[in-house]
Amino acid sequence: MTQISLAPGSIRNAALMERAVKGRSLWDDARRRLFRNRAAVASMIMLALLVLCAIIGPFVTPYAYDEINKNDVWLPPLTGGHLIGSDSLGRDQLARLFTGLGVSLAIGAVATTVSLVIGVAWGATAGYLGGVVDEVMMRIVDVLYSLPYIFFVIILMVVFGSNFILLFVAIGAVEWLTMARIVRGQTLSLKQKEFIEAARAAGLTRKAIIARHIVPNLLGPVVVYVTLTIPGVILAESFLSFLGLGVQPPMASLGTLISNGAADMELAPWLLIFPSITMVVTLMCFNFIGDGLRDAIDPKDR
Amino acid sequence: MLSFLLRRLLVAIPTLFVVVTVAFFMMRAAPGSPFSGDRKLPPEIEKNIEAKYGMDKPLVVQYVSYVGGVLHGDFGPSLKYRDKTVLDIIGQNFGVSLKIGLSAFVIMVIVGVSLGVVAALRQNGPADYTVMSIAIVGICIPSFVTAPLLQLVFGSQLGWLPIGSWDGGAIPNMVMPVMVLATPQIAIISRLTRAGMIEVLQSNYVRTARAKGLPEFRIVVKHAIRAAVLPLISYLGPAFAGILTGSLIVERIFGLPGLGKFFVNSALQRDYTVVMGMVIFFATLILLLNLLADVLYAALDPRVRLT
Repeated sequence: MTQISLAPGSIRNAALMERAVKGRSLWDDARRRLFRNRAAVASMIMLALLVLCAIIGPFVTPYAYDEINKNDVWLPPLTGGHLIGSDSLGRDQLARLFTGLGVSLAIGAVATTVSLVIGVAWGATAGYLGGVVDEVMMRIVDVLYSLPYIFFVIILMVVFGSNFILLFVAIGAVEWLTMARIVRGQTLSLKQKEFIEAARAAGLTRKAIIARHIVPNLLGPVVVYVTLTIPGVILAESFLSFLGLGVQPPMASLGTLISNGAADMELAPWLLIFPSITMVVTLMCFNFIGDGLRDAIDPKDR
Repeated sequence: MLSFLLRRLLVAIPTLFVVVTVAFFMMRAAPGSPFSGDRKLPPEIEKNIEAKYGMDKPLVVQYVSYVGGVLHGDFGPSLKYRDKTVLDIIGQNFGVSLKIGLSAFVIMVIVGVSLGVVAALRQNGPADYTVMSIAIVGICIPSFVTAPLLQLVFGSQLGWLPIGSWDGGAIPNMVMPVMVLATPQIAIISRLTRAGMIEVLQSNYVRTARAKGLPEFRIVVKHAIRAAVLPLISYLGPAFAGILTGSLIVERIFGLPGLGKFFVNSALQRDYTVVMGMVIFFATLILLLNLLADVLYAALDPRVRLT
């Protein structure tokens, strides 16, 4: 930063300072730090490619993900027009991989949004209102936190059958707890910060304080946690799919593909290898981006 | 301390109550019944069986009587394994889960902490980068990928280890399940330890110890590690939950007769009482372990006071 000596009341210096400050807002700073992180940038590019594959892929492959080809059973990669082979029903694995990737990413996005909405609303309310309301709301979170939630998700999937939308909601509904805690903690500590007090003293309305000061400062940790929730959700979905409780055939997700591949791995290892690699790469991308964002947004933590 | 314990135990009661209630009604909302198997029973017989288990009464009455039973330590009979009670099933199968869970726990703490310490001492060196890269991969590879891959390599290709089966808990049968359970946790623990160590090594008292001329080994082992692993204790609860979740997968893949495998099957077969019993059992276990972690933390860190 350039050093600026300030004579009190000097209009010129104030204008100068304004310019200097404008050049380095919180987000500018964060963006620059993020783009300097090579792992995070590589992950963002990789992830963009994966998303592109998931969206465009199914339209480009010559086969549909559920198309059964009786003559193409158990084909290894690069044979018979199947780039990464086919399975016991002769279904093209590339088409299935693209579809599965899309399903997994979609579940990640939707469930994370669910957890984001519930978590931010819950946490911000508790933190902002404080007092008894806060106490009660956070006690509820504590109680829910100590539940073996995976068992409830399993029961839920058994009860209502493996319904697609329910899967999103069920996973999102158990992931909001940490978000609520983070948001509440942030709100609480922000409320007492000097700059909020200064803003209040300067005569800003409550709405302006929330919009200009609380939310932008809340956003950092929330964004970081969101990037780390998505891989968690994808993992949870594939975990359920692996147990046979998630996405139902002939639909595919990375979890079902891996699960099917594991069953036939000795006969057709390619059925396990490709979805596994895709899954690991996807999760790694999210983790690197999350780590990069955390370092970028929270400079104290470096 | 005593009042803290009491208060935490008091909070545990409503938690368990919520667990029982939610699990009960969710399970009952499921379509299908434990008695509708492959062979369709005549309706009169099905009615008789339901009457025998009190399942012809209104749901609320069943709920009250179930909760009453649980309070007396009676979890009822299994609806599928007619000659066994729920407690029999938990007792017979928990041993296997406990054995692999505990082994994984010990291994993940020892290996995770060692790797983390090494990485922190060689910060930004090749050893650090190696450990941290492995840790990232370890976190990202789900257990249902590592398990089949291990089976493929060590089981069917090399033939060193049995692919599945329990065989009374023989060591070779345990190696792969324990490895699969421990790997993601090792990765997380080594990251936590590394972060803790790096912070501690920069602290004032470590500098004092250095200034005093203590040998580096002593500084690391006696002063640094102790403080660095403290944050790990609060991770014990989630770590335990992770092992529990992992065991659902591992026991299924390796065909181990543990509780995890039993849970999914029971849920699918609508064996209400067994599912309920297991949920209560696991919830209690997690609550107790979280409490233990908090107490341990307070006992080891003089800065924390339980109030």
